[in-house]
Amino acid sequence: MIPAQFAYRRATSVADAVAALADPDAKVIAGGHSLVPMMKLRLARPGTLIDIGGLPLRGIADGAEIVVGSLTSHADLAQAAAFAAAGLQAVAECAAAVGDVQVRNAGTIGGSVAHGDPASDAPAGLIAADARIRVAGAAGEREIAVDAFFQGPFWTALGEQELVSAIVFPKPAAGSASAYESIEDPASGYPLVGAAALVTVAGGRVTAVRIGVTGVSGTPFRATNAEAATLAGAPVADAARLDITGQDVFGDTRFDEEYRRHIAAVVIGRAVERAIARAQGGSQ
Amino acid sequence: MSDQDTALHRVTLTVNGTSRTLDIEPRTLLVHALRNELSLTGTKIGCDTSQCGACTVLIDGRSFKSCTVLAVQADGTSVTTIEGVGSGRELAAVQEAFKQHHGLQCGYCTPGMVLATVELLNQNANPDEAAIRHGLAGNVCRCTGYSGIVDSVKAAAAAGVGK
Ligand SMILES: Cc1cc2nc3c(=O)[nH]c(=O)nc-3n(C[C@H](O)[C@H](O)[C@H](O)COP(=O)(O)OP(=O)(O)OC[C@H]3O[C@@H](n4cnc5c(N)ncnc54)[C@H](O)[C@@H]3O)c2cc1C
Ligand code: FES
Ligand code: FES
Repeated sequence: MIPAQFAYRRATSVADAVAALADPDAKVIAGGHSLVPMMKLRLARPGTLIDIGGLPLRGIADGAEIVVGSLTSHADLAQAAAFAAAGLQAVAECAAAVGDVQVRNAGTIGGSVAHGDPASDAPAGLIAADARIRVAGAAGEREIAVDAFFQGPFWTALGEQELVSAIVFPKPAAGSASAYESIEDPASGYPLVGAAALVTVAGGRVTAVRIGVTGVSGTPFRATNAEAATLAGAPVADAARLDITGQDVFGDTRFDEEYRRHIAAVVIGRAVERAIARAQGGSQ
Repeated sequence: MSDQDTALHRVTLTVNGTSRTLDIEPRTLLVHALRNELSLTGTKIGCDTSQCGACTVLIDGRSFKSCTVLAVQADGTSVTTIEGVGSGRELAAVQEAFKQHHGLQCGYCTPGMVLATVELLNQNANPDEAAIRHGLAGNVCRCTGYSGIVDSVKAAAAAGVGK
């Protein structure tokens, strides 16, 4: 399969790419690992591709916050030690769960977030970590809280003429740790459900928690009932069922809705358990 | 979209150490540029949907599925195909390991398997079986049942391929 014809040029700067997006028929390409398959299938047919692959938006800056350039590959994220050191293990684990080696080498965090695929791994980690999506537009840069970013399947708060430039991860309080758990479709590797939990443990008790869930529903979401149960020391999987009940859950011939609702609660429980064990000094 | 923009693009790649310049449509996939323009048919097309890994090549030393990379995206990079792993009839150590340990039957997946193995051993010179299976998860083989491939990778590691 070969994509339909399109015009191509390399962006020379972020501003240049933003300006090029004034053409409603133009799209940027980063790793191309969501866009090229869609173009082959004619699910996407941009008239012009603006290649941002050469822009200096790659790399991880570890300071007061961890700032990840949008072109950073899943492979580089998965290997970055900065996340585990900050208690943000889940972020690296989401990246490690993406596809296979070749896909992780090609795919970028910015592309994944901008694409808004409801079956992608990254949103769970971003939600648990309370990340901010930094975007560049004609009027300059702004940041969007992750809780306001994902709006529906392949639909985000990103404007038509905006570029994701970075993902910003605040560092959680001392005593925090996180984990990502998923059950993958054995054929595609995409998560049927993925859950990331970030907990802060003080004096033997969980004092703060955020849980992000992806894969089950059109929009990744926060499991607020499971969060409340975690804080109360109550069984998390039971509470997680309430979170899932309120969601419009995917179902198909291989994995029906009931099955997904069930495993979602199980996976949320596992993520919380592993995050707590880590925060308490377990090494897993 | 004007005719000028969709016109041929000049792409310069260093392929297996040699600089090659191509004038191609932007929609040309890297695998097609390698096979059809440069006659490097060692790189295979299996699924054409980024699932099977038969089209795996190294771009600047890292493995990619060339059926899902536009050749224009690779402009200015160094590409290694299976033709650049050995030299003519002389097999590289990693290929010798596949030959000795039944790492192939029909051979269709093998160019991709070999390049994925090179990447794996560059990242981890001494992988255990789980790391080998995980590292080759992007490469499908319909023949061997994979155990011969795992043995081949172990032998390649023992031969110092990743060092
Ligand atoms: C075989 C295969 C298996 C996969 N498995 C998984 C998996 O298990 N889990 C998972 O989460 N993902 C998976 N993916 C998707 C992969 O993670 C993609 O890399 C990712 O979704 C998109 O990143 P990209 O850089 O390739 O984006 P591209 O394909 O280049 O772009 C995707 C979309 O985002 C836009 N875009 C890209 N970058 C930006 C930016 N900086 N600002 C604004 N818009 C932008 C593009 O215009 C396009 O609309 C898989 C992909 C393949 C091919
Ligand atoms: S042909 Fe490229 S992955 Fe199968
Ligand atoms: S040897 Fe035939 S597909 Fe692997």
